[in-house]
Amino acid sequence: MNKNEPLIRISKRDTISVGKNILIRVVAIILALIVCAMIIVALTHQNPVEVYGGIIDGAIGTPRRSWVTIREIMVLLVIAVGLTPAFMMRFWNIGAEGQILAGGIASAALMIYVGDKLPNTLLIVVMLVASVIAGIIWGLIPAFFKAHYNTNETLFTLMMNYVAMQLTTFLIVFWEGRKGSNVVGTINADNHAGWFPGVGTYWLNVIIVAVITILMYLYLKYSKQGYEIAVVGESHNTARFAGINVKRVIIRTMMISGAICGLAGTLIVGGASHTISTSTAGGRGFTAIIVAWMAHFNPAIMIIYSGLLVFMQRGSIQIASQFGLNENASEIITGIILFFLIGCEFFANYKVSFRKKGKEA
Amino acid sequence: MTIILSFIQQSIAQGIAILFGASGEILTEKSGNLNLGIPGIMFMGGISGLMGAFFYEKSVTDAGGTPNGFVGLIVSFLCAFLAAMLGGLIYSFLTISLRANQNVVGLALTTFGTGFGNFFGGSISKLAGGVGQISVKITSEAFRTPIPGLRKILPFGFLPYFAIIVAIVLTYFLTRTRKGLNLRAVGESAATADAAGINVTRYKYLSTVLGAGIAGLGGLYFVMDYSKGTWTNNVFGDRGWLAIALVILSLWNADKAIWGSILFGSLYILYIYIPGLSRAMQEVFRMLPYLVTIIVLVLTSRRNKPENQAPANLGISYFREDR
Repeated sequence: MNKNEPLIRISKRDTISVGKNILIRVVAIILALIVCAMIIVALTHQNPVEVYGGIIDGAIGTPRRSWVTIREIMVLLVIAVGLTPAFMMRFWNIGAEGQILAGGIASAALMIYVGDKLPNTLLIVVMLVASVIAGIIWGLIPAFFKAHYNTNETLFTLMMNYVAMQLTTFLIVFWEGRKGSNVVGTINADNHAGWFPGVGTYWLNVIIVAVITILMYLYLKYSKQGYEIAVVGESHNTARFAGINVKRVIIRTMMISGAICGLAGTLIVGGASHTISTSTAGGRGFTAIIVAWMAHFNPAIMIIYSGLLVFMQRGSIQIASQFGLNENASEIITGIILFFLIGCEFFANYKVSFRKKGKEA
Repeated sequence: MTIILSFIQQSIAQGIAILFGASGEILTEKSGNLNLGIPGIMFMGGISGLMGAFFYEKSVTDAGGTPNGFVGLIVSFLCAFLAAMLGGLIYSFLTISLRANQNVVGLALTTFGTGFGNFFGGSISKLAGGVGQISVKITSEAFRTPIPGLRKILPFGFLPYFAIIVAIVLTYFLTRTRKGLNLRAVGESAATADAAGINVTRYKYLSTVLGAGIAGLGGLYFVMDYSKGTWTNNVFGDRGWLAIALVILSLWNADKAIWGSILFGSLYILYIYIPGLSRAMQEVFRMLPYLVTIIVLVLTSRRNKPENQAPANLGISYFREDR
């Protein structure tokens, strides 16, 4: 190794122009799409143009497919929005999966037990409220221990996911459609109680998510509590010195985060699948973490990233089923896109220069 | 008596995959890297081992020969180890060289690895030209050959013994050798280690990539030995997360992870051995490993014994200029 000067020098950027920032990300996305295409081509032996035609067809080929794509984007977005306040506080809420399931359980329970006793509008409202409460409980438990004993929240929230998972399998025993089938099946298939209105369209999902996203943006940007979250995220000691009750902020913020993730449970159970299973959250709680983190909590970028991921997922599921391949192909595609998006952050934050004759990159 | 024996056997059988994962993760975390990609890496190791064995047996059979179990075992072992190390390399490159957030990269890797495992597990026969049910009988039998004379008591192949040896060697390495001390120094305070002349980047890379390789063997064991060389969708389940939980339970000591893995294994299957449990109660029992982990997590955070804590720099990327 040359001891005088290293081959590659890395220095932190002070500022980066908006154009360059966008360019880096666009390049990363294009590279990711090329790699994805190469993998699909290698597996299916189709030409790349047809592959992308198939992806577009799978994602938005029919009105029904477009609506499903929109619905899935909304779910991913609302979870990412829910996680945002926790992450701004540097609280690693890896427990969205569990909070979504907790909310989903509450919704499904109401659909099953009081589905025929309440008018539909009231039932949906009650479901939303119940799932919010369930999500709050699931988020509050790790937050309490973090605030009082500084218990590692990453691992605590992670374990809570699987407690929720087992709770779901426990309840499925009572709720299963056919005895011994271990599957709940479509709930209220006959009277559609608790189903969001509209057949094959998901406008209520869109409205709910849009309202939450806007409210969260305003809350974080303009409210005193939003400011407190940012200060606690920077440094607990600074916050304490400024007279902020750190414990209270941690607990309050995680209640909000859990509430929105819980609500996502109703959007899935009442607004999409009309059933509950251990895959109700289906890894979206994890994907949303990455979306929220990479978007730097900017809701507009969250929409773009959620859109890109869901689009590619829906498209690759379509291609996989066309070729009789396993639909988990979509998770590989998601993973690859995420790797590139995560990796490109580096080039936005750091400047890389090479040693040779003042050549700069 | 036979019930107790079979309970212990089953506990070990369940625990070994988790032990591999935990050993790998301990090695990784000692360098200050919290690799949440371990569940995905274990999926990658498992399916790659299966694919290695499958394509080896297929190519030999197609050429008109008879596959050799020992060769198949070596091929399968190497495939699993290399694929898992590749996962660790992706994680290392993104977190160490590109300084991305560890949690984010780890979760992306788990998404990728789980998808990788399930996709190839579900598509392997189709990709091989529609051979129907795939068979790796000979290699799987090689993996399951017990030590002569111990078939009745310990009906496992060589991997469980290997898991325990790895855990013991790892403990020795971390507590008794100069390099192990250096590695722990990196995990406790990368800046201090750097000032002392330790190559932080090299230690982080090596421990993370090797740790991933070890964890991948957990997947290999599960697929080739425990599942007898078969794959069903999501077969590996949540065991990868249990491995991360076991790291906490064993307080970052690989030797304690040996007992911990058997304890986890026994909690995992306890419901089968308690008579008269309803199906619903069985599910409640399967919650136990996670509840126990949460309790340990809370207890250790309240008692501040330094040797029982996570490495101080766990989860923090190191950048020299930031000092």
